[in-house]
Amino acid sequence: ITCLVMYLFAEFDDAANLLAANPDATTISIDEPVEIPKNQHSRLQEPGREEDDELLGTDDSDKTELLAGQKKSAPFWTFEYYQTFFDVDTYQVLDRIKGSVFPVPGKNFVRLYIRSNPDLYGPFWICATLVFTIAVSGNLSNFFIHLGKPTYHYVPEFRKVSIAATTIYAYAWLVPLALWGFLMWRNSKVMNIVSYSFLEIVCVYGYSLFIYIPTAMLWIIPQKVVRWVLVVFSLCLSGSVLVMTFWPAVRDDNRRIAVATVATILLLHALLAVGCLAYFFDAPELDIPAPIIPAHNSTNKVVLEQ
Amino acid sequence: FPGLADVSISQDIPVEGEITVPVGSHSPDEDYSTLDEPVKDTIMRDLKAVGKKFVHVMYPRKSSALLRDWDLWGPLVLCVSLALMLQGGSADSKDDGGPQFAEVFVIIWFGAVVITLNSKLLGGTISFFQSLCVLGYCVMPLTVAMLVCRLVLLAGAGTVSFIIRLIVVGAMFGWSTLASTAFLADSQPPNRKALVVYPIFLFYFVISWMILTFTPQ
Repeated sequence: ITCLVMYLFAEFDDAANLLAANPDATTISIDEPVEIPKNQHSRLQEPGREEDDELLGTDDSDKTELLAGQKKSAPFWTFEYYQTFFDVDTYQVLDRIKGSVFPVPGKNFVRLYIRSNPDLYGPFWICATLVFTIAVSGNLSNFFIHLGKPTYHYVPEFRKVSIAATTIYAYAWLVPLALWGFLMWRNSKVMNIVSYSFLEIVCVYGYSLFIYIPTAMLWIIPQKVVRWVLVVFSLCLSGSVLVMTFWPAVRDDNRRIAVATVATILLLHALLAVGCLAYFFDAPELDIPAPIIPAHNSTNKVVLEQ
Repeated sequence: FPGLADVSISQDIPVEGEITVPVGSHSPDEDYSTLDEPVKDTIMRDLKAVGKKFVHVMYPRKSSALLRDWDLWGPLVLCVSLALMLQGGSADSKDDGGPQFAEVFVIIWFGAVVITLNSKLLGGTISFFQSLCVLGYCVMPLTVAMLVCRLVLLAGAGTVSFIIRLIVVGAMFGWSTLASTAFLADSQPPNRKALVVYPIFLFYFVISWMILTFTPQ
């Protein structure tokens, strides 16, 4: 596979050299018109569902399993195939981030912002930023909490970066995979109007993690109340984005299963936040301005353990 | 020769003249003659190329020399020296300490590869190894910062030394990011420049963090 990858890079080098020699040459990517099949599909539905279609996502994507829409026509072993997942401009990424932080009630994140152009740039780099933000903030917070104690020796705790990376990337990729598999399975049993492609689910999850970045930075403040308020606040914001995205996809199903699915999504999201807070950030000490007693006699120990 | 007996030549015609092969000017590459040169010349040529690139990083201008003749010697030397200088940090048996040699190596090279892939996937026109070369060479200010930090830490590890280290590392981080952006930004599509610059920022930030949090035993 390394040889294949090097061959691909060599090929791309030639193309890049050509482009570098003629920098005015523009590369045009031709999008196949995806609007037409969407309209055809919606006309086939019951008239009562049309208003839902305004709010809900596109549903032509269940034809192409892992691909979103018909525009990914390059074979998967070429570089161009993967370039289609990075076909976003700066303002589009910023818009999607804004949409994940300020959820508009009633509007669907996928329909409003992704619009059949899911990208992998946002999820990947938001996860990378989150990994390093949590590791750095945790380290800083522990440093400030334990500052001044004579027995404390600062360590950079670099192992925690790899643990953070594993956790966050696993969450951002395995949970969407499980959710997508579950939705596909339910789609085969119950005719759902809305279904999302795998990449769209990865996109929603990736962008919904953005709110945790400023939250992690604010977690440096060593106050328990502040931290938990931040957890609840960020959970509400990103949880609402997820709920508004996935509720239309499951509400045609059995009531209990729909509620259970949405509850599981929220629970996993909460677990991630709480788990990161508990593992990377030491608990702030109580604010007792007492001098450190050098001798520990047994009565003191008993008092402390209570 | 029996066949030639039939050729009728009335008399011997003297053939004379000059055969001159036009010798063009020596090609500037002289690729084929480098086998005969002394080893010192070969090594000095590569060393001079590497040194010229270091100077380009020190005073970043939009020059194409760094991009055209890429080499990975400089990045390798910088990466190894940075990883070596980050050794000897505090590593208690209970807590984990700073990054190990392999971790620094992997972070720098894997990070550079990921950033290069990212820039190419977004439609950049720079070649893979050119981008690796630029990102590697722009680690030089941070290596200098690491050297300064170690020297400052020899003097003491108090608050004053931390402030000095913070200023030095911060300045070098800015320099690295600006230098690499100056070289790489032109090859990106104009409406995606920020998308390409941000990972470079993150990369040098992580390296700066590793340098700043280095505490000796």
